[in-house]
Amino acid sequence: MTTELDITETLDVKGVSCPMPVVKTKQAIDELGEGDILEVLATDSGSMSDIRGWAEGTAGVELREQIEDGDVYKHYVEKTG
Amino acid sequence: MSTDSQQSVDDDGDTTGDATMTETEALRERIDELESTVAELAEFADTATADDDGQKKMTLIATKGTLDMAYPPLILASTAAAFDWEVVVFHTFWGLDILHEKKSRNLQLSSVGNPNMPVPNIIGAIPGMDRMTTRMMNKRIADNDTATIEELVELSLDMGVELQACQMTIDLMEYDDDDFYEGVTTGVGAATALRHLGESDVQLMI
Repeated sequence: MTTELDITETLDVKGVSCPMPVVKTKQAIDELGEGDILEVLATDSGSMSDIRGWAEGTAGVELREQIEDGDVYKHYVEKTG
Repeated sequence: MSTDSQQSVDDDGDTTGDATMTETEALRERIDELESTVAELAEFADTATADDDGQKKMTLIATKGTLDMAYPPLILASTAAAFDWEVVVFHTFWGLDILHEKKSRNLQLSSVGNPNMPVPNIIGAIPGMDRMTTRMMNKRIADNDTATIEELVELSLDMGVELQACQMTIDLMEYDDDDFYEGVTTGVGAATALRHLGESDVQLMI
């Protein structure tokens, strides 16, 4: 399954578990510019709830899409500010 | 009859008119009072927002130095930093070993007094048992790609978490400032911890 979003960069955090997917996502987002979209590929099943929770509780980011593709959880986060 | 009736209406009208005037004045005064209160509150809210910039703050106190108890403060601290929170972790007593570069790589599990351990207390008390259960735990950590304590300390520091080492405990344990990871804050005590706890939205002792 793929997204129709225009991805700026992909972060591969497959294999690592909490708190790494969220923390690495934050670090990657900090490197991007406004309007950029980060694709995060994770295998941690907790990342579905955690990245959503992080995006909702953090200013300047918006979770655009989450896709469960087999063993991989794909998250699409836009930097909004 | 009609005159009487007219009179009565006028009287009533006048009485009501006076009452309305008094009520209106009272209400005006009340509105003025409320308006000035709202203005004061708005001013206070502005200063409060300017002071903390809406940023949340969390202060943790880490007192335990077993392998299992080293994880929660570091995981919470690095994650809170990802939320852009200002984070301080004050490490005291055995919690200090989490920041001790050498000891943090060799934290142990305690087999005794932990009902979740796969061995009964009487077996857990046998010398070498802690080392064995710790080895099992470390293998699981490696197999699951769970971050090591060392990685989490480095990550937390990278994310801007302030990791503080209690000076009284440093002296008590006869540690040196050089024993700690680069970036760890030393020379702090209970008063510093309390100041941060007092300013925090979230405070936890672990």
